[in-house]
Amino acid sequence: MSILVSNLTKYYGSSKAVDDISFEVHSGEILGFLGPNGAGKTTSMRIITCYLTPSSGSVKVEGRDVQDDSLEVRKLVGYLPEQNPLYLDMNVVEYLEYAAQLQAVAKSSVSRRVKEMVDVCGLGEMKHKDIGQLSKGYRQRVGLAAAMIHEPKVLILDEPTSGLDPNQIIEIRSLIKSIGKEKTVVLSTHILPEVQATCNRVVIINRGKIVADGPIEDLQRSLHGGERIVLEVELSDGQTFDMVSVQVKAIPAVEQVSLLHEHNGIKKFSIETSSAIDIRRDLFQLCIQKGWGLLELHREQTSLEDIFRQLTSDSVK
Amino acid sequence: MNWSNVKTIFLKELRSFFNSPVAYVVIVVYLVFLGYLFTNNLFLYGQSTLRPVFDTSEFLLLFFAPAITMRLISEEKKSGTLELLVTKPVREYEIILGKFLSAWALFFFTMLPTLCYYFTVASIGDLDLGVVAGGYIGLLLLGAVFLSVSLFCSSLTENQINAVIVSFAFVFALYFIDKVLIYLPSSLASVFEFISVDYHFSNIARGVIDSRDIIYYVSSIIFPLYMGTVVLEKRRWS
Repeated sequence: MSILVSNLTKYYGSSKAVDDISFEVHSGEILGFLGPNGAGKTTSMRIITCYLTPSSGSVKVEGRDVQDDSLEVRKLVGYLPEQNPLYLDMNVVEYLEYAAQLQAVAKSSVSRRVKEMVDVCGLGEMKHKDIGQLSKGYRQRVGLAAAMIHEPKVLILDEPTSGLDPNQIIEIRSLIKSIGKEKTVVLSTHILPEVQATCNRVVIINRGKIVADGPIEDLQRSLHGGERIVLEVELSDGQTFDMVSVQVKAIPAVEQVSLLHEHNGIKKFSIETSSAIDIRRDLFQLCIQKGWGLLELHREQTSLEDIFRQLTSDSVK
Repeated sequence: MNWSNVKTIFLKELRSFFNSPVAYVVIVVYLVFLGYLFTNNLFLYGQSTLRPVFDTSEFLLLFFAPAITMRLISEEKKSGTLELLVTKPVREYEIILGKFLSAWALFFFTMLPTLCYYFTVASIGDLDLGVVAGGYIGLLLLGAVFLSVSLFCSSLTENQINAVIVSFAFVFALYFIDKVLIYLPSSLASVFEFISVDYHFSNIARGVIDSRDIIYYVSSIIFPLYMGTVVLEKRRWS
């Protein structure tokens, strides 16, 4: 077990930022930490990285407690804070050397590690430039390089791709993915495709509480009680949406039928069911009985967006 | 205490002093003022003493110390790099100490050229080496007090301007507190006199190194540094 968070609670004054959360991260796993803004993602990450102290509960990194063994934990963790703060007046190599020295990298291997990180993060051409002159994408790479300079077992990345353009996002993602093969990575984001692209597992947090924890596919399966089925049929003249709707609603478990779009007598319906009973067979029979030309019939996968909206929508109210 | 961390932070801060124009401007202004005020009256007094150098330096330090320490912590707070720093295996007091020593070293480098006043005056008159040594020791200690107080002020805010204004308030209070003694009842006067940096400085600058003055200096260097450490640690509990 690489990170073990148990019953973690954090108060800011009287408001609860994190409310009794527990989860674990295994080594070699990339965990996506999801939630709307202000849900408690950054607070939780700051506790794991020893920036804040929990109000109650405990966090263990590689078996070491963040409060009792804080210095050791900080040696094991590489951290990229939100907004990627950097010393803009230092050049890339100077900064990486500084980070390496503070992370207690052995003196003899500082220059080797700096060189490796410059190569891994593609900073070769920029290494003698001041960080202040670099573009946002390069700064992000410098931040990542500094976070990994001491070969940490655990990487905590707080919104590593925020503010980057699509090309840079893809580069940083693939960088994280390749790092994630050997290390434990926790990355927070509110960009959902990012989680699908990089993470093995997601923890969704809302108003300081964990509302979902598991591999993305499991969440997709378990969270949606009913199903959504898309049916496309070709109707003969004179048959209307209402006629079809009445027929379909006669099938048990069907809750709602809505018209997605129609074009020259071809109509596309979305059918929602209340439970997970498969009604596709019934729909097929119905089409044959009524003589509708069946063009398309499929179950819709719940997207991560749907899950997210479903789980966190109460924060909007 | 991990001295290699202190050294890393010390060197980094020292380098960033000399990488920016601020250090050079402050040093040049300091030396120009000092040189003008010293040589202006040197032949008027006709005494072979460096006392005016020390007295003027003491006054210039009131501006020098807040100016060079204001950004040391407040800027890290503002840009967020403090979060990076304290999540590395570095203790808060190592950060404070490294930054304090770098500012003190800058002050030391600023004072180095004033040694030529010693050689100049010594070549034309009879100069008491003990008094000069006492003056320099006193000045370095006094500088350390002001720098330490100003560094603490820098830890309080993420705004450099606020930091510098609060620092001015503190160092001016320490400096001017013994100038109001005549208005105070004698029981309070001795307390105020003991708090005043000027009083202890004038003792050392006379060449008398008294343990009371040393204790005063050491404690008033350490206390603000300790308070700065507490401020950095406080974030964990807020």
